[in-house]
Amino acid sequence: MITNEVVELSRLQFALTAMYHFLFVPLTIGLSFLLAIMESLYVMTGKQIYKDMTRFWGKLFGINFAMGVTTGLTMEFQFGTNWAYYSHYVGDIFGVPLAIEGMMAFFLESTFVGLFFFGWDRLSKMQHLSTTWLLALGTNLSALWILIANAWMQNPVGAEFNYDTMRMELTNFSELVFNPVAQVKFVHTVAAGYVTGSMFVLGISALYLLKRRDIPFARRSFRIASGFGLAAILSVIVLGDESGYTVGEVQKAKLAAIEAEWETEEAPASFTLIGVPNEETMTTDYAIKFPYLLGLIATRSLDGKVDGIKEIRERKRHRIENGMVAYENLQILREDKTNEIAKAIFEKHKVDLGHGLLLKKYTENVTDATPEQIELAIKDSIPRVAPMFWTFRGMVFCGVLMLFIFVASFYFNAKRTAHNQRWLLKMAFYGIPLPWIASELGWVVAEYGRQPWTIAGILPTHLSTSSLSSDQLYASIAGFFVMYSALLVIELFLMIKYIKLGPSSLHTGNYHFEKEGSSHV
Amino acid sequence: MFDYELLRIIWWGILVFLICGFAVMDGFDFGIGMLLPFLGKTDDERRVILNSIGPTWEGNQTWLVTLGGITFGAWSLVYAVLFSGVYAGLLLLLFSLFLRPVGFDYRSKVTNPTWRSAWDWALFVGGATPAIVLSLAAGNLMLGLPFELDADLRSSYAGGFWDLFQLFPLLCVLVGVALCVMHGAVFLHLRTENAIAERAQIVIRWSSILFVGLFLVAGIWVAFGLDGYKITSAIDTTITANPLHKTVVKSTGLWLENYGTYPLLLLAPLMTVISALLAPFFTAKNNSATAFVLSSLAMIGAIVTAGGSMFPFVLPSSLSAASSLTIWDSSASRYSLQLLLVATVIFMPIVIAYTSWVYKVMRGKVTVEQIQDNQHTMY
Repeated sequence: MITNEVVELSRLQFALTAMYHFLFVPLTIGLSFLLAIMESLYVMTGKQIYKDMTRFWGKLFGINFAMGVTTGLTMEFQFGTNWAYYSHYVGDIFGVPLAIEGMMAFFLESTFVGLFFFGWDRLSKMQHLSTTWLLALGTNLSALWILIANAWMQNPVGAEFNYDTMRMELTNFSELVFNPVAQVKFVHTVAAGYVTGSMFVLGISALYLLKRRDIPFARRSFRIASGFGLAAILSVIVLGDESGYTVGEVQKAKLAAIEAEWETEEAPASFTLIGVPNEETMTTDYAIKFPYLLGLIATRSLDGKVDGIKEIRERKRHRIENGMVAYENLQILREDKTNEIAKAIFEKHKVDLGHGLLLKKYTENVTDATPEQIELAIKDSIPRVAPMFWTFRGMVFCGVLMLFIFVASFYFNAKRTAHNQRWLLKMAFYGIPLPWIASELGWVVAEYGRQPWTIAGILPTHLSTSSLSSDQLYASIAGFFVMYSALLVIELFLMIKYIKLGPSSLHTGNYHFEKEGSSHV
Repeated sequence: MFDYELLRIIWWGILVFLICGFAVMDGFDFGIGMLLPFLGKTDDERRVILNSIGPTWEGNQTWLVTLGGITFGAWSLVYAVLFSGVYAGLLLLLFSLFLRPVGFDYRSKVTNPTWRSAWDWALFVGGATPAIVLSLAAGNLMLGLPFELDADLRSSYAGGFWDLFQLFPLLCVLVGVALCVMHGAVFLHLRTENAIAERAQIVIRWSSILFVGLFLVAGIWVAFGLDGYKITSAIDTTITANPLHKTVVKSTGLWLENYGTYPLLLLAPLMTVISALLAPFFTAKNNSATAFVLSSLAMIGAIVTAGGSMFPFVLPSSLSAASSLTIWDSSASRYSLQLLLVATVIFMPIVIAYTSWVYKVMRGKVTVEQIQDNQHTMY
């Protein structure tokens, strides 16, 4: 029997390592594209400064990329080490995009990243440019497959339970790939990566402009980042993945929690800008509401309904009761595969088997659950509202701030006065952490909101872990903490060192510290 | 397309192919990591050694990552049982691998000698530990791991980290480390010149002898001292099966039965020994390209020798023999195996093609002069 402590520690470790990994991923996704754009400009115009830009931002890319690779290894193995039952139960589906990701994307990015750094003198201009684009393609394809896998956790389509092997099996690959949740998630996540890359280049270029050094280099970088960043932030906001929250039961529960939508309203539902959600009374105190807006954002229509929490809970009760029937007949089938009656009943109720398994947290036998235990399971089946409500609003707030920064940068850049707007340059510089905060909050919304499931409606989190002891988990969490903290300190040290040096670190003789004969280099 | 039986045999083949690909490509990187502090006497020499694999080590390591992904997709139960069972071992592997990307990229970005020497030793650990842990794991796979499956197919593991360090697996560690060191030294001989290449030649000679000797000892041990496993119940190889629906016996020498059934398999150990013995002669004649092919063949031969003796077992259980995982009862569904086969057949040739192209672009010896001319761009 797996203790609650082991489940909670496994969740903590996964959350820590995944969120840490995602400090480096969005910058890799965004910066690889920006490098490809800069190098394209170099090849088209033949101007050395664009090559210098590609190489300098490439150096920073390299420092970040190494950490992305390092922390990504953990993710590839952690399902097996800490979520063994999950891996067995859904590996037949979840493992497929991961395996394809390795062959199609990881090899591409990690083979061409070496050539990007070492191939400048050995490749023709076009060959090197192709290398950079392939690197960018690799990082984006990698995001595609991992998000297909992740979207399946939120909205599991194209799969069926096999009672002989006691696991879920894939039945339809195209449903898995064209999962509507995967599509919105992919667009939203890579666009967020482009925003991160742009904010990074914009903010650091702003620093050089504030210090009035390497002005032509910084202005060009600023220009590219403001244009690409504006397009990216608009994509993130307009193509925000809220539209993905209308498909699938768990997605609907998430949406209701994000919006503190206790009751189902007449369509189109109103949008709660801010308020204080109260779990006890199931109301939102001091709410400021905009009529119609939520219905429009979430369903992209005037007549689409947004389900409220109370209604979703009632549906859960029904599904849990069905799940108990499915579980009971599964036990009969396991003893006797030829029992046709049990098979027929199981087939009829098997879509709710996962809801029956929610009861395993309270009673090993599932079928003997008391009404109180069923109530507890129903209560578990919706994520807590306040954390969802606030993290979502935090993410959106960061997005709006960045929208302002990019619009202003783009505008003043078009007027060719951006380098004189010191308030804007300061804002761009101090705004560098914003995309990271937004991304991390976004993942909290998506994955905390998935609770109590690892696979929505199919496998509860508390059944998904490995059979480990809490001591093993304390030790591994401590190990990760020490390793990751040390590496972060080293990474930041190098990153700051090279940001301070700026393009002088290229040793071309054309930049600030080299001209003044400084010994920093 | 294919029937389920054939598919699972093909997938066993792909698994072996990926392990071989990983061992051949990453094996020399591990070896070079272990040799770095010893064969490079000056900072420039160490940078030559690092840059001999600098542009390509990352792609090589992707074989391991892909192996993880493929095992997850095609052999989920193996992935689940193995990784959660040897939890501490796997984390040790992971933590040591952490040192590599940052070690390569960060080492030469700061000129302070303490910084550089610290990263050199980090890269030594990052090369030695994976070679040790993975060889240790291979040895323990042959012994069987102490795990058990319950009716829900949830696995529990009865051993601790230190239980992995038994005599046979420790012998495997020596075999694996000797082979990686030889393979790495051969690659260094191919990509470097003068002092470093001469030192590499000495390493090749000794590691070749050591490897062959230990490999033969391990073979004798498997034949006369080690328990192998065998399925004794009838197995329907055409359906999706539950591992618990079979019976398995355990007895000395069973791991050699496949060599009786398929005598061609004997070519694998034979190839291993001959290739490993020949490699030093070719490096001595400065034909290190041929030597590299030979040491790669030794790698492949050693893996096929071990994998072939265990077939159809992938993960035997020493605790409850019936829980042992074989290719017939731990693979993915027929549908997923077919899909992944299509993906493998499309993508792996492409991967091999562009990897070869990158090696071709980056070919040639790395010299101390190159390092001095490109202080700020090379590792």
